Amino acid sequence: MSTSKEWPLWEVFIRGQHGMSHRHVGSLHAADAEHAIRNARDVYTRRNEGVSIWVVEAAQITASSPSEKGPLYEPARDKVYRHPTFYDIPEEVGKM
Amino acid sequence: MYAQMIKSEATQDDPEMLAAFQARIDAGEKIEPKDWMPEGYRKTLIRQIGQHAHSEIVGQLPEGNWITRAPTLERKANLLAKVQDEAGHGLYLYCAAETLGVSRDELTEMLLDGRMKYSSIFNYPTLTWADMGAVGWLVDGAAIMNQVPLQRTSYGPYARAMVRICKEESFHQRQGFHIMMAMVNGSDAQKRMAQDALNRFWYPALMMFGPSDKDSVHSTQSMAWKIKMNTNDELRQKFVDETVPQAEYLGLTVPDENLRWNEETGHYDFSEPDWSEFFDVISGNGPCNTDRLNARQKAWDDGAWVREAMVAHAEKKRARKLAAE
Ligand SMILES: [Fe+2]
Ligand SMILES: [Fe+2]
Repeated sequence: MSTSKEWPLWEVFIRGQHGMSHRHVGSLHAADAEHAIRNARDVYTRRNEGVSIWVVEAAQITASSPSEKGPLYEPARDKVYRHPTFYDIPEEVGKM
Repeated sequence: MYAQMIKSEATQDDPEMLAAFQARIDAGEKIEPKDWMPEGYRKTLIRQIGQHAHSEIVGQLPEGNWITRAPTLERKANLLAKVQDEAGHGLYLYCAAETLGVSRDELTEMLLDGRMKYSSIFNYPTLTWADMGAVGWLVDGAAIMNQVPLQRTSYGPYARAMVRICKEESFHQRQGFHIMMAMVNGSDAQKRMAQDALNRFWYPALMMFGPSDKDSVHSTQSMAWKIKMNTNDELRQKFVDETVPQAEYLGLTVPDENLRWNEETGHYDFSEPDWSEFFDVISGNGPCNTDRLNARQKAWDDGAWVREAMVAHAEKKRARKLAAE
């Protein structure tokens, strides 16, 4: 086969029309960033899904490791006082 | 389906790890690329998602065949958009497969050298414009039947690809049915074309769901892993039950003299397709297998200089940018 060198993988993030943050939508291959944006436009915005595209080379992303799930996320589990429902406010106070 | 007869790979992993993995799946958790997974799960998924991706890509060929000959500019735009969607579906799925440790080029090479397959349905020719109607209505209709439950599959990247695909798919089926509606309301010759298209695509569409459950040996493991959500016969029955009334609406006759509503079961009874034809087509001897693979090989070869030039151009730009800094 002719190409020994594959185009690198890029992760694609798109911001829709309604003021939400950019959201990861998928990935694609492209030779460079400009090419990745162009491909992302064809692959991920065929139905007006977005008004802004970010692309990041997948190799540049550092991810948390699944084996750290416990130490990273368990500590938050018993801190229910971080949620508004933890605090009982009498109904007569009204909406809060 | 788009992935037919996926052999589930044996697994020789630590029984404790396997049990923990199965427990995660049973609890409805999604498995993500970096999570531990049995070798058999990984390999089976590569084969299944790869075959699904190849089907989307090869599936562009029978419809691409009619783009330049669509009867109106509007139909042409519709079909072009539909075929472009299928390219997108292929890309979403290739990316999902790549998260399992196979490269895009490897997947392409496995398709071209016959180690990987694509759905049997795309080895049938599209002879008339009515076939564009029949393909959208029946082939995309059958695909939807299989893809909707796969949105809940256990492998995260595959499930997410399916969600995107399902969102886009219903337009495909509706544009096909719309073509059929125009044909059956047209001249006698057009009605005959519509009937002929249904006659030729009915059984190949039924074959898309894969062999009968009694001959389908690989289902149990895949179903436990939630990478296959329904049995072949379940989905086939569902497809027949939904499609027969649509054919009646069109005033077309499903080419099956055994087809009748069964009051007791609440389903249609119908004839099974000719399974020897199915096995023949899937092993390379369908009417268009050679054409399809030749077309893919040609696209791959003709595109080689473009792939190389893009890399060279990117490298040149990078070098210039470095020099300017
Ligand atoms: Fe598709
Ligand atoms: Fe489709």
